[in-house]
Order: sequence, then C-alpha cells, then structure tokens
Amino acid sequence: MTKVMNTMVAKPTAVKYSKLSTQRKAYEWVMRSLLYLAAALTTLLLLFLMGYILVQGLPNLSWEFLTTQESVLKGTYGILPAIQNTVYVVVVTLLVVLPLGVGAAIYLTEYATNHKLVTAIEFATETLSGIPSILYALVGMLVFCQVLGLGTTLLAGSMTLVIMTLPTIIRTTQESLKTVPQGYREGALGLGAGKWHMIRTIVLPNSIDGIVTGCILAIGRIVGESAVLMFTAGMSHTLQDFGSLEGLLRSSGGTLTVALYAYAKESAKFDLAFSVAVVLLVITFCINLAAKLVGQKLRKK
Amino acid sequence: MNEKVGCGNMNETMTVSKTGARKAKEAVEGLMKGIFMVCGFIAIAFVLLITIYLIISGLPAIREVGLIDFLFGTRWDSANQTDPAYGILPFILTSIYGTAGAIVIGVPIGFLTAVFLAKVAPQPVAAVIRPAVDLLAGIPSVVYGLVGMMVLVPWIRTTFDVPAGDSLLAAIVVLAVMILPSIISVSETALKAVPKEYEEASLALGATELETYFRVTAPAAKSGIAAAVVLGVGRAIGEAMAILMVAGNVANMPSLLSSVKFLTTAIAGEMSYAAVGSLQRNALYSIGLVLFLFIMCINVFLNVFLKRNKEG
Repeated sequence: MTKVMNTMVAKPTAVKYSKLSTQRKAYEWVMRSLLYLAAALTTLLLLFLMGYILVQGLPNLSWEFLTTQESVLKGTYGILPAIQNTVYVVVVTLLVVLPLGVGAAIYLTEYATNHKLVTAIEFATETLSGIPSILYALVGMLVFCQVLGLGTTLLAGSMTLVIMTLPTIIRTTQESLKTVPQGYREGALGLGAGKWHMIRTIVLPNSIDGIVTGCILAIGRIVGESAVLMFTAGMSHTLQDFGSLEGLLRSSGGTLTVALYAYAKESAKFDLAFSVAVVLLVITFCINLAAKLVGQKLRKK
Repeated sequence: MNEKVGCGNMNETMTVSKTGARKAKEAVEGLMKGIFMVCGFIAIAFVLLITIYLIISGLPAIREVGLIDFLFGTRWDSANQTDPAYGILPFILTSIYGTAGAIVIGVPIGFLTAVFLAKVAPQPVAAVIRPAVDLLAGIPSVVYGLVGMMVLVPWIRTTFDVPAGDSLLAAIVVLAVMILPSIISVSETALKAVPKEYEEASLALGATELETYFRVTAPAAKSGIAAAVVLGVGRAIGEAMAILMVAGNVANMPSLLSSVKFLTTAIAGEMSYAAVGSLQRNALYSIGLVLFLFIMCINVFLNVFLKRNKEG
C-alpha cells in the first residue's frame, strides 16, 4: 500500500493536452477511444451473454426441473440426475486429486533437493495444464475405460479428471506453501520436530487457504468440463443408484454440461439447454465469488 | 500417531525408550517422505502415460495410411465403405486458420482491455469489469457453444445469405470470445509488473500518459503479453465442444463461410460411433497425436516466453 501511495504522490504531472502537436493530439484521441471501445465491447459482451442466457433460460427453470428426472410418461423434464452426477464427479475427483496434488506440492517445496528433478516435475505439471481436454478424453477412454476395464462410468470420468485437475491443485498449493514464513519452519525444526511433524502441524495449517482456493478452481474446471465426461462417463440421463458400492463403481451418466450439450445438439430442446446454462452460470458465479473471498482472506494474512 | 507416543516417551524416560522412539519417529518420517516423493513423481508419470498412449495408439493408422497421405491428403471420408480416405490436411488448416482468426480478433481487444484495466480505468470501474472478466473465464465452453449456435449461426445465415450459418466464421468468433478472458488477465498482470520508474521517467520527459502506456509500458511487458498470446493459441487450438456446436462438422477445406471440421472436432464428432479397432478409430487417435504435437510446440514457446519474463 505504501508503495502505491508513494508513486501517487511522486507521479509527475502529465503534459497539458492543449500544448500537444496535432499529430500527438490525434494519437491521443485515437488511442483513448480504442481503449474505451475495447473495454466497452468486453463489458457489453458479458452483459449480452448473461442477459440472453437468463432471458432464454429462466422461464423454463422450475423447482420441478431441478429436482426430478425426465419422465416420458408424464412428459416432464428434469435434471436431477445430471446434478447428482456432477456432484459425484466433483467429490470423487477431489478425494483422489487432493492428497496427490498436495503431496506433490509438499514434495516440491519441502523435500526436493535435486534441482533437475524439481524442474522436471514442474515441466510435467505445466505440460499437463496445457493439454486440451479432448486429448484427456482420448487417453481416459483408452486407459481407464478399456485397459483398466472400468467401462464408460462416472468413476472412469473422475479418474481422467484427476489427471486434468492435478496441475491446478499442485500449483496453488505450492504458491501458498511458499508464503509460509521460513522462520516458522526453522522454529519447529529447532524445537526438535521432525519434518513431517512440522509439515503437519505448522506448514499445512498455515497454507490451508491456498489449498481451498485450489479446490475451488478445480471444482470450476470439473463442472465446466464436457468433452472428457462425454466420452468417459456417458450421456444417460436417468437417476443412478449411488446407494451401493456396485452403484458407486458402475454408474454412468451425463453431468450438467453434457446434459446441456445433449439438449442442444441431440434433442434440439433449446429452451431446456438454456435452463441448464442458467444453472451452470449460477454455479460459475458462486465458484468465482468463493475463490475471491478465500483469496482476500489469504491476502489479509 | 506413533510419533506422538514417541514424543511422550522421550520426555518421560529419556534413557531406555529413546532409541526405540527415535526409530519409530524416523520410520514415520521416512515413510512420509517416500509418500510425498511418489506424489511428486505422479505428475511425470501422467505425462509419460499420455504421451506413450497417444503414440502407441496413434502410429498404426499413420503407418497404414502413410505419413504423407495422412498429413497432406485433402480428402477425409472415413464413413465411405468402398473408398475411404484419411487425409487430415483440411483439419490441420482449419485449426490453424481458426486459431489465427481468433487471435486476430481476440488479442487486440484483449490487450486494449488489459491496458484499460491496468492503467486507465478509474478504480470503481475496474472493480466491476475485472470480476466480469473472471466470470467470462469460468463459463463452461458448452454455454458459449449454445449461445453461438442460437445467436451467431442464424445471424451469419441471414447476413451473408448462405444456406447454413454453421461455419468457420462462427467458430472464429466463439473462439475469440473464449480466449478473451485469459488474454486480458495475463496481459494485465504483465502490464502491472512493469516498474513504476519506467513510466515516471517517460512522463517526466514530456510524454502523455497514453504515449507512455503504449510506447514504454507495453514494450517493457512484451514477453508477458507474448505469453498471453501463446496461451490464447493453446486454448483456441485445443477447444472442442464449443466449436463442435457451431462449425458444422463437414470435412471441407477451410473457407470463412463453409462448414468445417477442426482437429479437435474431428475427434469429438466421430469418436462416439467409430468401431473399436477399426482404421477409422485408429485414425482419430492419430489426429490426437498430431494435435498433441501442436500443443507440445506451443508449450515450449510458452515456457521460453515465461522464462524470459522471469529473467527480465
């Protein structure tokens, strides 16, 4: 803050506009209008997107739509299965990716001494985060559905998403581990704590906000993902049985994004697709808000 | 758990159980170190897994069709029973044109918006636009596809008076919108990282604020902005679902108003019905391999820019 204040005070006053040559005046005018134009365009784009989706989607959005499944007999539509599947995928993916990602980040920041190894692992995570989802879909289909014999199931989809979200978790955890003051570590080690004891009692509790941010970002990616889940988890839209172990392992079905795609592209029920889009918008908004709140808490520290 | 017991013992009876407790403690420490190390190696293992599987499954079809015919063949007709053709040049060119188009539209708007947010915008205005850009970044790609399908495609059909609006142009616009948020946020970060002294010097020498931003700040942040562009290229070339909904999915050679297939949509469009083990399916894996190579090149570029950014 003080730095900002200083520069505000020290900022030299700009030249007077009226004293500029015509050429520079023109430059100034053109550039300023371009800037405002671009910003206005971006803002209008967002307003249009939100407005259009809400106008198209809200009329069909009802409690019934959210809490029932599609019924051919009654002629009603519902996305409860899609919501359940989304929750399943989010929970299972996080359960697997969190320990893996946090563990990897701890290894990178606390244990690893070999510089080449750290570079290799960081290069690997960067590569993973650059790979497009359609390639994850291909590999997930090959490895989890076929080679490991999971079939087209939500479980196979979640495992594929684990690979996809791993870089996010590793990076955010690493960032927040780095913010824990070195003195804390030295203090703990000086008192005779072992390294794991120190990590468990000092380092992790102090970086929990960053880990939570990573989770939120990962949830955002999982909820928004469609290509991977379409090919690895299937597209059915009937309620799955998550009550039994068999059901947990064998269920397959589409998440919200896949349901949207199916409504729009396969059954041409555009009004329903827009209703799903509204639900997705609301989720995205909540995720962004949550990430921002946690981020603020982190910065205050 | 063991460790806690060990600590208690150490305090109470320093002599007898000391070695035992320390051993248990060391065992736990070693175990945890091993576990964390395995976690660290998993990222590398995943990358190897993806690379190896894509190569293993991508090579057979290339070998069968012939590398030259596969990469430079202009006809793709995998569903044809009597005379199937597997040339992916249309997909490669479409992906390149589509990405280039998205960059041409998206980068100027994104860069200017970033300058506006970082330098010109009054605090309250920036505080409204920034979360809006974040929201734009978080919207799932199928939602963009849906809006493109319902708004853009009919608009192109009526404006250009063509039989169908599903076209390369629609895909380019959707991609441009989708890469906008990442370009804005990465360039904004780069612009903000430029030392204040550069700008102060420029202002003190009599440059106006805008001249300073475009001729001093932006060149100083150029590697960060280049990274934003490369990131945008990566996003655009890898996007599948949104353009699957607006591009029409016919394997034409690319032209603005014709229905086209990208590398990604070729995979996504045919994957669901290509029989396992068939040449058609193997060819899809080969397309995946080509796409993977594209992405790896982009990653290398990105790394170079980011590294230069860190050093500079």
